[in-house]
Amino acid sequence: MASRHQLGEPVVVIEGVEKSFGSFPVLKDVSLTVRRGETVCIIGPSGSGKSTLLRCINGLVPISKGSIKVAGREVNDASLDKLSLRRDVGIVFQQYNLFPHKTALQNVMMAPIHVLKQDKAVVEERARRLLAKVGLSQKLLAYPGELSGGQQQRVAIARSLAMNPKVMLFDEVTAALDPETKKEVLVTIQDLAAEGMTCILVTHEMGFAREVADHVYFTDGGLIVEHGSPADVFGDPQEERTKGFLDKVL
Amino acid sequence: MIASYFQWLNDTHGLNFSVFYDAFDRSRFLTGLWTTTYICVVSIIASMVLGLIGVWLAGGNSRLGRLVVRGYVQFFRNTPPLVQLSFFYFAVAGLLPTVSDGASGQSPLVSGTGWAIIAFSLFAGAFNVEIFRAGIEAVPSTTVEAAESLGYTRLQLYLHVVLPLAFRICLPALNNNLINLVKTTTLAYAIGVPELLYAASQIWSEMFNVREMMNVLLVTYVALVAVLVWIMGRWEKAMRIPGYST
Amino acid sequence: MRNGTTDLPVLKPFRAPAPIAPSGFAAPTMLGGGTLAAFAMLFGASLALAQVTARPVGESAVTVLLRWAPLIFQGFLFNILISFLSMALGTVIGVLVGIAQVSLVSSVRKTAWGVTQFFRNAPWLVLLFYAMFLLPFEFRLFGLTIAFPAWVKAIIGLALPVAANVSEIVRGGIRSIPSGQWESAEALAFTRAQTMWMIILPQAFKRMIPPWMNLYAILTMATTLISVVGIQDGLTITRAALVAESRPELMIPMYLLLLLMFFAYCYPIARATLALERRFNVKA
Repeated sequence: MASRHQLGEPVVVIEGVEKSFGSFPVLKDVSLTVRRGETVCIIGPSGSGKSTLLRCINGLVPISKGSIKVAGREVNDASLDKLSLRRDVGIVFQQYNLFPHKTALQNVMMAPIHVLKQDKAVVEERARRLLAKVGLSQKLLAYPGELSGGQQQRVAIARSLAMNPKVMLFDEVTAALDPETKKEVLVTIQDLAAEGMTCILVTHEMGFAREVADHVYFTDGGLIVEHGSPADVFGDPQEERTKGFLDKVL
Repeated sequence: MIASYFQWLNDTHGLNFSVFYDAFDRSRFLTGLWTTTYICVVSIIASMVLGLIGVWLAGGNSRLGRLVVRGYVQFFRNTPPLVQLSFFYFAVAGLLPTVSDGASGQSPLVSGTGWAIIAFSLFAGAFNVEIFRAGIEAVPSTTVEAAESLGYTRLQLYLHVVLPLAFRICLPALNNNLINLVKTTTLAYAIGVPELLYAASQIWSEMFNVREMMNVLLVTYVALVAVLVWIMGRWEKAMRIPGYST
Repeated sequence: MRNGTTDLPVLKPFRAPAPIAPSGFAAPTMLGGGTLAAFAMLFGASLALAQVTARPVGESAVTVLLRWAPLIFQGFLFNILISFLSMALGTVIGVLVGIAQVSLVSSVRKTAWGVTQFFRNAPWLVLLFYAMFLLPFEFRLFGLTIAFPAWVKAIIGLALPVAANVSEIVRGGIRSIPSGQWESAEALAFTRAQTMWMIILPQAFKRMIPPWMNLYAILTMATTLISVVGIQDGLTITRAALVAESRPELMIPMYLLLLLMFFAYCYPIARATLALERRFNVKA
């Protein structure tokens, strides 16, 4: 499938990354490149290291070997300013992880005010706009406990967007949602991708990956087994493992 | 009105609630109540400060700091508060210099009430350290991870996310401990601090109305605890987050 | 995926760290040894100080301490004896009141609740006074005269708050068993009493042990209160020793000695409670 928009320079460049937890290797020699405006989906069986890879990109998990560059900066560099990295990379989690003691609006406003030291009025204006964009204008003052899973997840997306990231990571963001609320979150992500936000998704939503992704990676056992356009990977998989996986989930 | 009723009760039924009709007894009792309240309030505040300092040191980088906190907590939790109080009032106070009281004699640097406050604060503070630590540990690591991924520094993380949540989580346990502290203040009787129990005992030994005073005393303490429970309940309610329960 | 309002991770029950393996006792014991050693050192230092600062005439601090230590230890043993008896009495009463707290008869349930709350919230020392002053020194039952010496009254006085706390522990333990257990027992035609004694209590029992042990440690420390009402215990003897010797420099080592005895007894109980709590995954 042809790209819907012009792809820019590489934003995330991963080369030969390895990661082990103790003696257990989770990632073995993973390389991939994501360009500006591109939407990339990573699919594969559970435990294939997909979520770990995402956490490595924003430095939540340190890598054992290899190199990860985000906007030209080496993530693994000890001298790297973690703050500027995390400003550039937004992440949305499976379990939303909103701050339960703050309203939806406050959740979105907190980090720009505390971390980026931006002016409160400016941040509030942006937060309201972002929450309107994810369809939650009516829920500004609701606490996370009062929102449905899908609504919480959309607040989490707005919270990440408020930092004006260069790339957004989505870690199985619909896995904890029921089918109805799943859709509202997927539509939100689709809109983001259409606007040209660089997105990396770890997902089990094959239909969504097929429709929205510019590039699909299939991982298994800590390796990238196969990658290509959705049409290629889903329509004409070359590897046995990919075929086996797709047969099971489709 | 009330005074005359209790006077009548005494005259006709022999139920001598002297604190309700005798001005002298009433003032003694109220002074005792005030002293107890004073000890409670100061000890509650001091014990919470101690708890916070303790939990900060316990989570810190200094090995010595962690060891000191652990020793402090274990010692005060596992020895009788009455012996702790005696230790401070008789043994430690003996080491301190006395100060001139301005008139003829010398008076101790720290009064009995002062030692009671010190001992009770240390006692309750040891429990508070554990309570606060349990609260912090109960904040889910995923919430912490979310804050980290938004670029929060360690200090910001604690200030804006961990502590507000941990405090709500540990309120019930804190509640219990503070109620316990109120009950523990009766031990000050043993070192002659004129608190509620002491005042009551003076009254009953002069008026021979042990039975009546005993009941007044019990009801007063239960009422004091009830007031604390009410205040903490209000506080808990004020801090309650819709849709969130701990 | 949503169940009620609780799919926030924060709302999920707090899970204690991985259950402690049988070897779990070893590490805490060593740790306790460290604390104990630290206080033994403090004790030694204070003793050495007393030795140095003692008046030139008279016996050495160590000699005096050695003379009194066995007596103080005897007093301490008396504290332990009182703690056993109060705990036994309080547990028996508390279990009955606790079961009454989950009675189907509302008047029984409410009375038991009221009694429990009252004795739980009253200060231990006041309850002890209550028992000392208001219980008769003897009473007659069917022509038999039963004497109530002070120490028996003290045991009763301490047993009152113990009973109230045991009552709460029992109620909490019973309540912690899922209602499905009651329902399935009823479906199998068990009577309520059978369900309680054969199904609910055996399951609730292990959950009650850690808080019960915790209560015992609190009681043991509270037994020193009997010195306030004039019964000779470890604290009384310590004070008497200090008065008899009138050597102020011995005050700190003497009191530390008594504190150490209690610590050596209560700390292992506290560690064991914690280890059981983790193993059973319950809170005291």
